[in-house]
Amino acid sequence: MAQIFAYITYKGSVADDSALELLAAAKKIDAAAKINAVVAGSGADLNAVCTAMAASYNEVWKIDNAAMAYPNAEVIRKALVNILPAGSIVLMPHDTFGMDLGPGLSIKMNAGFASDVVGIEGVDANALKLVRQEFGGQVSTHVTCDISGGAVITLRPGSFQADESKSAGGQVVDKSANAGDLTVGRKFLEVVAAEVGDVDITKAEVLVSIGRGIEDVENIGVAQELAEAMGAVVSCSRPIVDAKWMEKSRQVGTSGQTVKPKVYMAMGISGSFQHLGGIKGNPFIVAVNKNPKAPIFQVADVGVVANILEFMPELTEKIKEM
Amino acid sequence: MEILVCVKRVPDTSENEISVAGDGKDIQRDDLVYSVNEWDNYAVEEAIQIVDRAGGNVTVVTVGGDDSEEILRREMAMGANNGILLKDDAFEGSDGKGIATILKAVAQKSKYDLILTGAQADAGAAQVGGMLAAMMDLPYASLVNKIEIIDDKKLKIGREIEGGNQEMNEINLPCVLSIQTGINEPRYVGIRGIRKVASVEIPTYGAGDLGLAASAVGVAGAKVKKIDYFVPVLGDGAEMLEGSNEEIIAKLIELLKAKGGLK
Ligand SMILES: Cc1cc2nc3c(=O)[nH]c(=O)nc-3n(C[C@H](O)[C@H](O)[C@H](O)COP(=O)(O)OP(=O)(O)OC[C@H]3O[C@@H](n4cnc5c(N)ncnc54)[C@H](O)[C@@H]3O)c2cc1C
Ligand SMILES: Nc1ncnc2c1ncn2[C@@H]1O[C@H](COP(=O)(O)O)[C@@H](O)[C@H]1O
Repeated sequence: MAQIFAYITYKGSVADDSALELLAAAKKIDAAAKINAVVAGSGADLNAVCTAMAASYNEVWKIDNAAMAYPNAEVIRKALVNILPAGSIVLMPHDTFGMDLGPGLSIKMNAGFASDVVGIEGVDANALKLVRQEFGGQVSTHVTCDISGGAVITLRPGSFQADESKSAGGQVVDKSANAGDLTVGRKFLEVVAAEVGDVDITKAEVLVSIGRGIEDVENIGVAQELAEAMGAVVSCSRPIVDAKWMEKSRQVGTSGQTVKPKVYMAMGISGSFQHLGGIKGNPFIVAVNKNPKAPIFQVADVGVVANILEFMPELTEKIKEM
Repeated sequence: MEILVCVKRVPDTSENEISVAGDGKDIQRDDLVYSVNEWDNYAVEEAIQIVDRAGGNVTVVTVGGDDSEEILRREMAMGANNGILLKDDAFEGSDGKGIATILKAVAQKSKYDLILTGAQADAGAAQVGGMLAAMMDLPYASLVNKIEIIDDKKLKIGREIEGGNQEMNEINLPCVLSIQTGINEPRYVGIRGIRKVASVEIPTYGAGDLGLAASAVGVAGAKVKKIDYFVPVLGDGAEMLEGSNEEIIAKLIELLKAKGGLK
């Protein structure tokens, strides 16, 4: 079996949560394998992450280069192509970095590619059997990925239970000298922080959150009235922000805010993983959706199959009568 | 600027309940409402806006069947100048690399300064743009939510990263960018716009026209193969409230009170 490498991303001197999820996933590909990690970056933070990862990974391949002080996927791809052995299996998170790096890396390594993987069911004669989802999570699929020439696989954050055993007793191996020519056509300039809005949804205990099911900007008042009656704040899913119906600061999800309410009312929201990724702290989730198969019903505590445009006003009315 | 935008016809998930067909080999395709992939529509709008500012042409291209012509016409009604349909039985069963291989062949038939894809399509793969760029040895950036033209050699672009933060980059032309939703407000396309382009000729190319070996694309060239579809089980599932609306609401209010959802 090919060597397996987990690509570790980090912020400051701390590895991303995905670091130990990748380890768990790697063991599902090959329980007997010694799993390696690759960490690229620059300076003291990189060293701290490498040292920490050696507890969990057999060998931690460090690539230290000033050009990687910010993780520019184009630069890192070049280094990985030069450093990783042909035929390797490379795992990374399906986040905004993995989406930037993974597909192109698979081409340059001439390897198979599978993205946003949520389950691993083992290998049968070079065919790695994986679970993915399609259509915003409404259906799942089994796919096979031919790993005879290696593979690049991105894993959905949170889908694998982090392996906390820290039993590898591994070592850091400095591969910086092998990175090779890192000239690329894309230069990182700066990170512009998200705008702060009028309301801080991250502090709210009760959220009435609306999705595309609200259908029209004119209907947002219906949600506002319900929120007012409940003493709640209105938040939303991404399409509502894309349509400029609400401010970006109201968006819940991986590319929006992370909220920790006591109660989350998902109104006409399908329940994509990017949306659910922004809901933490295990709130009581109420989902109202006209589609009984909407994925949100799998994660909600209570569900109602209904048209929110009829349901919300009725609920508001009854609450006001109390 | 000559811009190529890759677009795909997909079942519209906000309009359809997607379910698994009897044998699990496909989803139930009868009565599905199709439209252009949401991300691709933003990409086409962005291309049109760039050409409005800097001059040039927008070409939309898709790998698909005869049905896919309708989305090319829709995007042409929006303002794309040309459409190209890539159709061949040999393309069926292509994985992401296969689709990128086909798109590369057509991209190389002309000279494009900029190639746009959507960030992702119906299978949530988010792969074709990055693969295409790597195959063509062009710079790439994913999840682009801002494009500024610096000059005819460079763009300043924003990438959306976690938490709604934005990563600014400078990128050399020609390049490939995958576009994130929200970058612009796609214009409305009316029936009249579609009628106007109804008779415009759309060239169709197959594997032979593109100089592609059948073994490089389709099932034959695919390292990733779909085995079946099934219904996911994510958690325990919600307790579904049933009965009359009044009963449902009474029960919900009781639960909300208990959970601290009512003040
Ligand atoms: C990199 C990346 C980052 C992303 N980040 C985020 C993020 O931070 N937050 C986020 O939300 N999304 C994010 N997305 C988008 C995400 O993939 C989904 O597209 C999005 O969450 C869907 O929003 P939705 O549920 O409102 O819409 P849809 O998926 O269209 O669902 C609408 C739902 O409303 C129901 N409905 C329609 N009409 C009614 C009605 N009258 N009554 C009741 N129900 C009705 C439908 O059955 C459907 O289930 C991201 C995507 C990418 C690629
Ligand atoms: N069949 C296709 N024809 C043309 N472009 C496609 C096709 N499939 C995917 N793409 C492009 O690649 C992007 C990402 O799709 P995917 O990698 O399949 O998630 C889409 O938004 C399209 O721009």
